[in-house]
Amino acid sequence: MIDVRDVHKSFGTQPVLRGVNLRIEAGEAVVIIGRSGGGKSVLLKHLIGLVPPDSGEVRIDGCGLSGMDERALIGVRRRFGMLFQMAALFDSLDVYDNVSFVLRREGRHSEAEMRGMVADALARVELPGIEHKRPAELSGGMRKRVGLARAIVYRPSILLYDEPTTGLDPIASDRIDRLIRKVWEELGVTSIAVTHDMRSARRISNRIVMLHEGRVYADGPTERILSSGDPTVYNFVNGIATETADNP
Amino acid sequence: MPSALLGRLRDVVVDVGDIVVLCREILGSLRHRRPSWADFIAQMHFVGVKSQTVVLTTGAATGMVLCAQTYFQFHKVKMDTATGAVVSVGMCSELGPVLAALMLTARVGAAMAAELGTMKVTEQIDALRTLATHPVDYLVVPRVLATIIAAPLLSIEAVFVGILGSYQVGVRFLGIDGAYYLANMRRYTDPTDVAIGLIKAVVFGAIISTVSCHKGLTCRQGAEGVGRATTEAVVMASISILIVNFFLTLLLNRVLNPI
Repeated sequence: MIDVRDVHKSFGTQPVLRGVNLRIEAGEAVVIIGRSGGGKSVLLKHLIGLVPPDSGEVRIDGCGLSGMDERALIGVRRRFGMLFQMAALFDSLDVYDNVSFVLRREGRHSEAEMRGMVADALARVELPGIEHKRPAELSGGMRKRVGLARAIVYRPSILLYDEPTTGLDPIASDRIDRLIRKVWEELGVTSIAVTHDMRSARRISNRIVMLHEGRVYADGPTERILSSGDPTVYNFVNGIATETADNP
Repeated sequence: MPSALLGRLRDVVVDVGDIVVLCREILGSLRHRRPSWADFIAQMHFVGVKSQTVVLTTGAATGMVLCAQTYFQFHKVKMDTATGAVVSVGMCSELGPVLAALMLTARVGAAMAAELGTMKVTEQIDALRTLATHPVDYLVVPRVLATIIAAPLLSIEAVFVGILGSYQVGVRFLGIDGAYYLANMRRYTDPTDVAIGLIKAVVFGAIISTVSCHKGLTCRQGAEGVGRATTEAVVMASISILIVNFFLTLLLNRVLNPI
């Protein structure tokens, strides 16, 4: 269970989060939506301890991240997998070394076991047999799928996705959405994604949280949020710019 | 103007403080887990083997020029055969380690800052952290260890080819008697001169790697951030080497070579 309590965060004089409260139960599939620069990715990075809050607290299964140093956070992060916006594959390593990275660092598996686990993870993301390719040889969609394989290979219980379909064509986006859904259903993980893509949000979530002006503005089941009559939610979901809306 | 100067001074103090914290992290990492042998070997190859050409060329050119300049001055007072001793002592305790370190800063330090900086702006450092890996364990420790070990070895090579080059110039081109050249070199070059050079090279290796890794890890966003981090790494490491060299010369001569 993830518990975010009154989290504030500013960068310089620019406040990004102004008191976010959020509770995510194990096994949920949550999508966080909101305008560009609204703090969605910053909130996601708070959940895994990549960014510390200025005030407030993030608790993972009752364990507070505040005050933990980088080494203490390593144990907590072992429960997470994260897919970055641009995949963030290590470009000095091939696909096999990228996907087996954590397994190799932990040193608990033989080479043969690691080969099997990497092959299984790549098969789950529908990219079998590309172990020896370099990240530079992959398309944007393939890089994200390899990033997803790297995130699931060590069986984390919580998966974070930072704008998983940004920069992809509709077909590649659809494939990523299906994979995210499949991973959530088959592995029983908690799935938390940040996206602007409403079609994607509908496909991969059972709950939507909308951030607006640094706070949780709307929170509820996916269909209820997407059909909300609230002007702010409605305008965002349907992509309607208003006279009073700030420029992103 | 004074406020700009104060701002610059504050940046330097913050940088030094951050580097001290990074050094503590490195020591903590060495206590906490054994460095990866494969990563260490890869860095040794990059820092040590691939720097041969630039370091050997610098060492040879410096030894030859130093020999010629010393000869032209000493010849006026009929001290030609002391040339070898000046070159030897100068190369062992000062020029060998300092010039090898400056060349390493330009080649290796810049590459480290640029590589880590690019990893930072493409979120690869964050990805490492999400993969339960401390960036200092995986990225910094192998680079620091490799540079600390490679720097004195490269310094020895620079000194060796420098002295060899000076012998060729002195004996073959300038007509100094070879036997006297070598005899004076051996007579006036003390083992402590060699020790001073090696100690300096180890310290310079630590400076190059920690400063460069620090600048890479704290790189700002974008291509401009990577460029700036690389430049700052080279400038800060080079200036630190020159300043630290002065104090090490005073300290080590007082401790190892008291008059």
